[in-house]
Amino acid sequence: MNIVDLIGRTQMREDIPRFRGGDTVRVHVKIREGDKERVQAFEGVCISRHKNGAASTFTVRKLSYGVGVERIFPLHSPKIQKIDVISRGRVRRSRTYYLRGLRGKAARIKELRDQAE
Amino acid sequence: MRGLIGRKVGMTQVFDHEGRRMGVTVLRVGPCTVLQVKSENGKDGYGALVEAFEDIEEKKLTRPELGKFKHAGITPKRVIREFRMPQHFLDDVAVGDELTCEMFQVGDFVDVVGTSKGKGFTGVMKRHNMLGTPGGHGCHEYFRHGGSIGMHTYPGRVMKGKRMAGQHGNSRITVQNIRVVGVDGTRNLVLLEGGVPGANGGLVMVKASRKKDRQGMDD
Repeated sequence: MNIVDLIGRTQMREDIPRFRGGDTVRVHVKIREGDKERVQAFEGVCISRHKNGAASTFTVRKLSYGVGVERIFPLHSPKIQKIDVISRGRVRRSRTYYLRGLRGKAARIKELRDQAE
Repeated sequence: MRGLIGRKVGMTQVFDHEGRRMGVTVLRVGPCTVLQVKSENGKDGYGALVEAFEDIEEKKLTRPELGKFKHAGITPKRVIREFRMPQHFLDDVAVGDELTCEMFQVGDFVDVVGTSKGKGFTGVMKRHNMLGTPGGHGCHEYFRHGGSIGMHTYPGRVMKGKRMAGQHGNSRITVQNIRVVGVDGTRNLVLLEGGVPGANGGLVMVKASRKKDRQGMDD
């Protein structure tokens, strides 16, 4: 393994749940205000995951007062307290950018059920 | 003043203590062996440290080169570089000493000298950031030129130093005041904030910063 990857490995977190594009996630972000630190949740659909070792990121999209908001999080950021996977989406592509052009009913994603059900 | 020879390994990113992402360059620096100490009072007349880096087979060197190492009593090395420094930094080093990257600490500032990536013979837009010509309004076969290069009958010549097309890159570049964000003595690695000139695998010289070093020169 090359040295650059080894250094990246030291930066990576082990506690990241499995999720993929189309899943709905709640990201708990640590926010610093003056000396105080609090946690804010950002909940929405993960529309893309960018894989690049320690520099990996994922994009979460939500509607806030009718306005689409997208936030890109570094996957291994220490500022993320935890990531909850709310539901898994049944989507046919890993980057669900087409959601940007849709609103209301059309922008819903069917939940992925296990095969057994 | 401290300095070492090294090679650029590559770039990655780390998170700082506040969780911000930071691009870093990984360098393999040292260990370097002192080949010669030049002294202000000696016959050289100036203070400098001559360092050697990276072992090499004996047969790959010429006999005059080999003689240098034999004379100093050290194994043959591939790279030799000289670092100027004032006399008081040289008093406690001797020929044959091993210098490692642990001479640098996290938080130090360094200057890095490297050879920039060669771009070949390049036009003025890429080489000097000139604007070229607006493409519209019937402009014809004149898109990436630099415009006028001078005046008229007086002076009747092009001024010296006029920026024109030519070789771009592949030149010695120094980047000053780069912060050290990590030192790994066991693997001889140094992590620097931001970029460093040259391609991965390229040779670099890492010196204590001329302007920001804590142990700055006294004189």
